[in-house]
Parts: sequence; C-alpha cells; structure tokens
Amino acid sequence: MTATLHVSVWRGGAAGRLVAYDVPAQESQTVLDVVTYIQRHLEPALSYRFACRVGMCGSCAMTVNGVPRWTCRTHVRRVASGGRLELRPLENMPVIKDLAVDMSNFFGKWSRAHGAFAPMAGLGEEFAKVAPDSPERQAASAGIECIGCGVCYAACDVVRWNDAFLGPAALNRAWTLVNDCRDGDGAARLRAVAGDAGCHACHSQQSCALHCPKQLDPTAAIAGLKRATAKAALWGKL
Amino acid sequence: MSWPARNHPNYWAFLLHRMSGLLLALFLPLHFWALGTAIEGAARLDGFLRWTSAPLVKLAEIGLVVLLAAHLTGGLRLLAIEFLAWRRWQKTAVALSAGASLAMGLVFLLNLF
Amino acid sequence: MGARGETWLWILQRATAAVLAGAVLVHLATLVYAVRQGLSAAAILARTEGNLAWLGFYLLFATAAALHAGIGLRTVLREATPWRGPSLDGAVLLLAVAIAAAGWRAAFGLFA
Repeated sequence: MTATLHVSVWRGGAAGRLVAYDVPAQESQTVLDVVTYIQRHLEPALSYRFACRVGMCGSCAMTVNGVPRWTCRTHVRRVASGGRLELRPLENMPVIKDLAVDMSNFFGKWSRAHGAFAPMAGLGEEFAKVAPDSPERQAASAGIECIGCGVCYAACDVVRWNDAFLGPAALNRAWTLVNDCRDGDGAARLRAVAGDAGCHACHSQQSCALHCPKQLDPTAAIAGLKRATAKAALWGKL
Repeated sequence: MSWPARNHPNYWAFLLHRMSGLLLALFLPLHFWALGTAIEGAARLDGFLRWTSAPLVKLAEIGLVVLLAAHLTGGLRLLAIEFLAWRRWQKTAVALSAGASLAMGLVFLLNLF
Repeated sequence: MGARGETWLWILQRATAAVLAGAVLVHLATLVYAVRQGLSAAAILARTEGNLAWLGFYLLFATAAALHAGIGLRTVLREATPWRGPSLDGAVLLLAVAIAAAGWRAAFGLFA
C-alpha cells in the first residue's frame, strides 16, 4: 500500500475539470474519509454531501473510479488500484457543484410514477389485515428498504438514453405500492408506469440491481410492472 | 458512465442481444429479397444454391447461425427475467449454455464445416 | 405513443418472439433435412410447390419476423438517436411492411 493516495476530484459544475490532490493513505480508510480530508486540509471550497457516515442515509453517493457507490461504505483498499482514486459526481443528474448533484428530477419522477401511498376508499375503522407471507406482501417487502440514494438511477443506461424514463428507484417504489393491498391507486398507477417513460423502456441490463447498496432488485420490480401492465391492457383495464 | 460500472454479465448479454438483433434486422431483408429473386425459376434457384456452397458464404452462414442462437437465447433470458422469478446468475448461466450448445449443434448439423 | 400503445407494442414483441422461436426451430430443422437430402431447386420446390401448409407457415414466419424487427429497430433508434414520435413510428411501420412484402413474395415464389 502506497503512503500517498493520488486523488482526482471533479471541480466545477457541468463544465469543470478534474483536480489532483495528494492524501495521506491510512491503514483503514473509506472514500468519504478521503473527501473529508481534502475539504478540511486541502480545499475548503470543495462541495460534497454526507450525513450519517455509517451507511444508513445514502447521502454520500458518488462515482468512484467509474462506479456509483456510497463513499462511507467504500474502503479505499477495495477500489484504489495503484493508490489512485477518481471521484466524480453521480451520473444522470445535473451537477450543482463539485460532487453534489441536483436530485429534484430524480424525486420528481418518483412522484410521476405515483410512488406515494394512496389509501383505499372506505377502509373503515378496522385495521387492514395484511398477511405477511402472501406473495404480494413479500414482493412489496423486497423493495421497501429503498432510501432514494440515487445509485441505481446513476447506474442506469436507459436513464442516460431516455430523458423521460422514470428510472429504477421510482419504478421499484411503484411496484411496492402495486403490491400493497391497502393502496387504492390501482389502474392510475399502472397507467403512470406503463409506456416509454415507464417500465417498458427497461432492457434488464441490471446495473441497478448490481450496484444497489441495499441489494434491492429494481429489475425484478420492473418485470413485475411489465406483467401487471400487460395483464391490465389485455383485460382492457389500462 | 464508464465501462467499469457496465462490465458485468447481464450487461454483456444486453449488448449481445442488441447487436445480434441489429445485424439480423439488416440481414433479413437481404435474405427475403435474394430468395424471392432466386425463386423465379428453378434454374435460377439452382444457380443461387450453387453460390451458397462458396466458402465465404459458408462462413457468413456460420456467422448467421451464431447471431441467431445469440439473439434467441438472449430473448429467452429476457423472457425468464420478465415472467419467471429467477435469480440473476441463473438467467445468465442458462442463456450462455443454451446459446453455446445451440450454436454448436446447428453449425455441426448444417454441415457448415 | 401513449402508455396503452407502448404496452401493446411490448406484448406484440413478446408474442412475435414466441412465434419466431417456434418458427426458427422448424426452419432450422427443415434446413438440416434439406441439406442432407442434397440442396437443389428441384428438391426444394418439390416439397413446397402447391403446398398450403408451407405457404401458411412461411407467411406467418415472415410477418412475425417483420413485426419483431420493426418494433426492435424502433426501440434502438429511439435510444441511439434523437428520432422519436409519429414520424419514426410511421417510418418503422413502412419498413416492416416492406420486409413482410419481400417475405411474402419469397413464400409465394416457393408455392406457385
């Protein structure tokens, strides 16, 4: 292990450049530690996001040596070959400054995918009985741990090629709600997630599933949406 | 996004499926046109068939068989992902093995060598 | 094209894929048999001339292939180029019709 890490960091907005910094290498060090060192000791004007530092919030997501990851959960030793690191902001989102991106479109698409729970009318005063081992509940539970970090969205080529594509996170969320027996949005949500901006644009490259820090499977969720929308179309309910 | 993030089996499978589909879509009209033209009379068809025994044509046929096998098994992989609850690695493994065996078998059977 | 239209295109692409999977296997089996029998115009035409089953098969095969190729090309063009909307849909439809027509011509050539 080299004594110094050579770190290239994106500086600027959409137009910018990589700037080199030398950071002392430690025995055990995360990429977030490296970024923090740069900001505290070398470049106070460096902009980046973090919050919990312990792999719970997803705020620290960046592109590290070409791969979108949580920097607080990425040990330098695993990714720095020859003591070199290249840090860029997440792809597919406009750069505000340096390593911070504008996530408003990412969350806007969540909303457009009807990614919000809509209670069923007339539920009454009884608690809804949700069988935990039903296939639907298991499908929903498989996807609800998403914390909206944007890594899957940054990893997705269809997002890159198709501006309107809602993306893996929004569609994954929609699928959890399609499977929620208490939700009443029904056909409206299926219409929102069908089509070129929706599930049918996915080609199952599965970069989302590969890079998701919580090991979720948006591709499987999107496949579920494909089946649900096709069924609805065939029965004239779309 | 750079190649490191895309360098994984399901992504290669996507690339192969797309490339083979494009090439087949280019080949298909030629195939129909050549056949339709050649069929105007048995003599013309025989002449055309003689041409297909040329080594370069045989090589192209091998290529086509491979493209077809790749696209078909890639498609089966997609159908498995979309309709069956399969684990990720299973899908790639099956597609790879099925594709390889199909291509090999066909090339042998068609006496292309 | 709206959500409903895209959903139906997706369904059609899978349906034609299923037809093609079967048709391709039949086609390849036929080729293997034909090559073993000795590839000649006389041999081929003896099997297909006046044969409604072969005609029907090749017409279906060609139509499914034309549709499948058309829908696939539309997707690739929309992702790789800025072209989209009704003009692309129309162009791709024309292409699919042209491919199908060429296939039908070949099928009828074998039959007649």
